[in-house]
Amino acid sequence: MLIRRFLPLLIFIGLFVAFMVGLTLNPREIPSARIGKPVPDFSLPPLEGDGVGLSTADMTDGDNIIIVNFFASWCGPCRLEHPSLMKLAKLDGVKLYGISYKDKPENSLSFLKTLGNPYVRVGMDLKGRNAIDWGVTGTPETFVVKNGIIRYQHIGPIYDVQVGELFLPLVKKLRQEGPS
Amino acid sequence: MRVLILAAFLFALTLDANAIGVDKDRLADPQQEARAFKIMKQLRCLVCQNESIAVSDASLAEDLRAIVRKQVRAGKPDAEIIAFMTSRYGDWVLLKPPLRPGTVILWFGPLILLVIGGFMVFRFVRQRPETAIARPLDADEKKRLKKILGEKNEQEGNMP
Repeated sequence: MLIRRFLPLLIFIGLFVAFMVGLTLNPREIPSARIGKPVPDFSLPPLEGDGVGLSTADMTDGDNIIIVNFFASWCGPCRLEHPSLMKLAKLDGVKLYGISYKDKPENSLSFLKTLGNPYVRVGMDLKGRNAIDWGVTGTPETFVVKNGIIRYQHIGPIYDVQVGELFLPLVKKLRQEGPS
Repeated sequence: MRVLILAAFLFALTLDANAIGVDKDRLADPQQEARAFKIMKQLRCLVCQNESIAVSDASLAEDLRAIVRKQVRAGKPDAEIIAFMTSRYGDWVLLKPPLRPGTVILWFGPLILLVIGGFMVFRFVRQRPETAIARPLDADEKKRLKKILGEKNEQEGNMP
């Protein structure tokens, strides 16, 4: 009998809690479908010169953790995250590669010349077709790869604090796994 | 007749009132283009999140439309084209979420609430049958009613 009296109140509290939790979630956060999957088959021209700039073969590199960053000179948040990338590139056992997304090569080059070039190498994805194979929704976007397998996908800019609080522990953890 | 033609013309305009109207390289075969459009309508734009790629003006949506068209032209079945998208962007890219353990509440929650609500209404109505049946007053009740009404009238009459 007591339960019946309080049932509406219990339902109300239940809905209240559900809605409160729901309101704190970020609807723009897209769950990644790529984590745990191999990187796509790709081969991109370099930003300067001829030959191959970046390809699937670069995504496996012994114990090293590969970080692939999609950027463009026309993208505001890319400028914002640029100092974070400079720090990221200096982490132990990290190789940071860049993919310039739908950008004119000369613009990407001057972008890197002005702000500094954190990348070991840069591939050009002129039409953005390669980005679709990675599941990229827009720049900036960053992938952490080990042994050719995508382990983490970061959508949006990397904030300064995230280098130490997110990427550093992740890189350490992945390196401890050893080569598989 | 003129009104009808005008109406038909205006209706035809609305059919095209979406972003694919600005795409240059549509499929030559209208049947293929229709199939491509049907697929595009099921795919969510990842930039403007509550639009399908069929109506979105975002450049990524444009790229994805081109891919859908290319695959339709190559004769790939719908399921394969959709799988191409979900393998890259997850179920998230589908405007109609598939039925999975995680989406059971989404799919059946409203139905369950409707059943519970219907049951509660049914119980509520059945529990109080007396209130629903009208019965003429007996002599005693009539007398009491007259007395009450009389008192009330008197009181009101006394008011200044």
